[in-house]
Amino acid sequence: MNATDNDTTMLQVSGIEVRFGDQRVLHDIDLKVRAGTTTAIVGPSGSGKTSLLRVIAGFLVPEHGEVRLHGEDVTSVAAHRRSIGLVAQDGALFPHLDVAGNIAFGLPRGTSRRERHRRVTELLELVSLTADQASRRPDQLSGGQRQRVALARALARQPEMILLDEPFSALDAGLRESTRQAIRDILRITGTTTILVTHDQDEALSFADQVAVLKDGRLRQIGAPEEVYTRPCDVETAQFLGDAVLLPGALTSQLPGQLTGKAGAVWDSTTPLGSVNVELVCPNLATAHLTVSGAAGQVMLRPEQITLSDQGVAGTVLSSQYFGHDTTALVQLEGVEAPLRLRQLNAVPLAAGTQVHLAVQGSGVFYPAFSDCRACSARPVPVSIETRGATPMPSFL
Amino acid sequence: MAVPLWLRAAAVIATLVAMLPLFYLIIRMAQFPLPDFLDTVFSARSARLAYTSLTLTGTVTVLCLILGVGLAFLVTRTQLPGRLILGVAAALPLAVPSYVAAFGWQSMNALINPGTSFEGFLAAAIVITSVTYPYIYLPVVAALVSVDPAQEEAARALGRGPVDTFFSVTVRQAAPAITAGTLLCAIYVIADFGAVSILRVDTFTRAVFTSFSMGFDRLGGVALSSVLLVFTLCLLILEGRVRRTGTRYSTMSGEGRARPARFSMGRFTLPIMALAWAPVLIALAVPLSALLVWSVRGVSRPGSLGEIGSALLNSLWAAGLAALATTAIAIPLALWLARRPSRLARLLERTAYLAHSLPGVVIGLSVVMLGIAVLPALYQTMWMLTLAYCALMLPLALGPVLASALSAPPELEEAAQSLGSSPGAGYLRVTLPLMLPGILSGALLVLLTTIKELPATLMLRPTGFDTLATRLWTYTGGESYAAAAPFAAMLVLVAAVPAWMMISRLLKEVR
Repeated sequence: MNATDNDTTMLQVSGIEVRFGDQRVLHDIDLKVRAGTTTAIVGPSGSGKTSLLRVIAGFLVPEHGEVRLHGEDVTSVAAHRRSIGLVAQDGALFPHLDVAGNIAFGLPRGTSRRERHRRVTELLELVSLTADQASRRPDQLSGGQRQRVALARALARQPEMILLDEPFSALDAGLRESTRQAIRDILRITGTTTILVTHDQDEALSFADQVAVLKDGRLRQIGAPEEVYTRPCDVETAQFLGDAVLLPGALTSQLPGQLTGKAGAVWDSTTPLGSVNVELVCPNLATAHLTVSGAAGQVMLRPEQITLSDQGVAGTVLSSQYFGHDTTALVQLEGVEAPLRLRQLNAVPLAAGTQVHLAVQGSGVFYPAFSDCRACSARPVPVSIETRGATPMPSFL
Repeated sequence: MAVPLWLRAAAVIATLVAMLPLFYLIIRMAQFPLPDFLDTVFSARSARLAYTSLTLTGTVTVLCLILGVGLAFLVTRTQLPGRLILGVAAALPLAVPSYVAAFGWQSMNALINPGTSFEGFLAAAIVITSVTYPYIYLPVVAALVSVDPAQEEAARALGRGPVDTFFSVTVRQAAPAITAGTLLCAIYVIADFGAVSILRVDTFTRAVFTSFSMGFDRLGGVALSSVLLVFTLCLLILEGRVRRTGTRYSTMSGEGRARPARFSMGRFTLPIMALAWAPVLIALAVPLSALLVWSVRGVSRPGSLGEIGSALLNSLWAAGLAALATTAIAIPLALWLARRPSRLARLLERTAYLAHSLPGVVIGLSVVMLGIAVLPALYQTMWMLTLAYCALMLPLALGPVLASALSAPPELEEAAQSLGSSPGAGYLRVTLPLMLPGILSGALLVLLTTIKELPATLMLRPTGFDTLATRLWTYTGGESYAAAAPFAAMLVLVAAVPAWMMISRLLKEVR
């Protein structure tokens, strides 16, 4: 680690392991959060994300590993001495105190009344609440207001960083969007280092500068939102972060000099949609002996990468669903068992039975059929063409 | 989240101190030579006492079961005219302590049949039943009210008739409440001291007290106490098993719920009303009218008002100390139980419930022996009396305090810590304020129950320290009904407050 790295790293978590009895909840977690940025930890329920948050907050002491805040080891420092703010799912406002009392709760003991009042007013303004709401009780506030008060309360003692534990999941859809936007703006304005824990991949991708995908207690991938979405390191991650089209494919030849990103060697591959450029995302796979010409596996594309064109592979539309902002269609290809899904913006629905030609935009990601990669625990996945969302997989851990 | 060490230590030490009388009793049991001890336990006298105690408990429990379940059904599931008034009236005897009822019936007998005596097994059975059946009636009403009518409707829709539905669905769901109430009732009867003593029925509790007051036969007292301990333990274990297996299935509560079906009594309405009101009226009217008549004579005696005033002050002083000490012990234990209860915490809780279920004479005797043998400096001081009260009353404070600690979400303590409060400060600034209503109602419950307590007060009060309960006891013993009555009336007033708290909570649900 060099000097400049030291300056900008707010939080460094390394080698964290947590067990509840026989069950390993977190395994070998490494995560680095730079000052002033927002990191989303995203994972399905039961993936261990709340445990990781509690380790960072100081409510859970890990069996192994360390938590460093500003380079200082705080692994065994009690929660109240860490200067890490926490906003819980429902806000966890104190019901016996009014809004002002809640916001001022964390101010140091000796704070004068004037100073208290000034800080409370300032914070109320920051979270767009009016001064007359200061005397309200938590149960007189709406869900979105409660979350904003909880944020103001956490910001009041000017913590090094703030943890948000599924803060929007208790809100209904309309309120969730606006509250998320408001809180994101506040965190940007104040330059607060933030970790958001969520099970909602859209929320993670839209809210954060860095997304960390957690599954079965392991961090599968860490990267910028567009990085993890377009180049997920394994099939499960691909499916968790959005709709994925998986095609059987085989590598043909490596394209020289086209190394992109950290790992990505680019190859040409053959798929039922013709020749597709694919990246090998996982560094371990890129160097493994399996990645040779002719190696078989799966090619992952996002549905919006498959477009209708005048020429290309022919298929028949089986059905089509119209969502207003976009349209999805299931298309049956010659010689491929399962139909594949494609998504088009601003398109009219296609009638069943229509003959179409398909082309691929951009490059896909290649996963070898039987990888033996322990490092990121990518597992052989049965080849299936069309899947959606996070399919429950048997756990071998 | 972790419970701070000092809090756990405070809970353990405080609870162990409160349970000292229970432990000391067991130590003393072990100190007697085994043959002597067994001879006393399995003597002819002991057998006679056991026969009387158990037949009395059995008789009263069966009578209470019939009265309690019958009245609960009539109040919640029929269209009987005035069923709400009946519902309240049927719960009111809860406000009459058993020895006050015994005094009331006896003094009423002295008014109507002067020269005869009202005492013995039958008299005791009637008097104790008249004040104990609410212990079955109240939980059964609560259970019948909380049975989700949707399930009864489902049974009806599946082709069951109303009576069939009642027995196959409704009663099944109320069964745990009925069984638990019955066992609770039996525990109260077996622990009763005041009524059986006034009505001169030889039960274990009376014999234990006699062994203390007549020359202090330690072996006899401890041996008989051990039998009582075993009986109570058996009932408690049964009750615990019922409570564990008795799952309640009610799904919805509050608004949006359909009203349960209520049966019309048709042409039987009047006879059933008479049948329902008769025991309730007798249970209330006999002691209360006797109290009224004798009180008027009593307060006209010279000096009586001063005597009543000082007894009331003494009662409040002793009970106030008990409330303070018991609640202080209950708070750390409740916090521990509410957060991360270890096996030790659960054990302490169960011990507290055991001590609470034991007869007051048993705890009283144990504290007396403890005072004489170990702490002679404190014997016959308020300290020892307060210790006995703590042992007897801890669960009363623990119940509401624990409920309030459970309803204070632990997330709030974590929020406080993430805002820089230490775990201890978090408890003080967040959890304790949220628990305040529970703490106050726990303290009030202990205060009011302690004022009614008779046997331990008799055995442990400092010389010359008279409370409402001891004055009533002394005057009743000398058959000075006029002098005793005002104290009895005061005790009913005091006991009416917690009784009313229970009833009003119930009324909200029955409506």
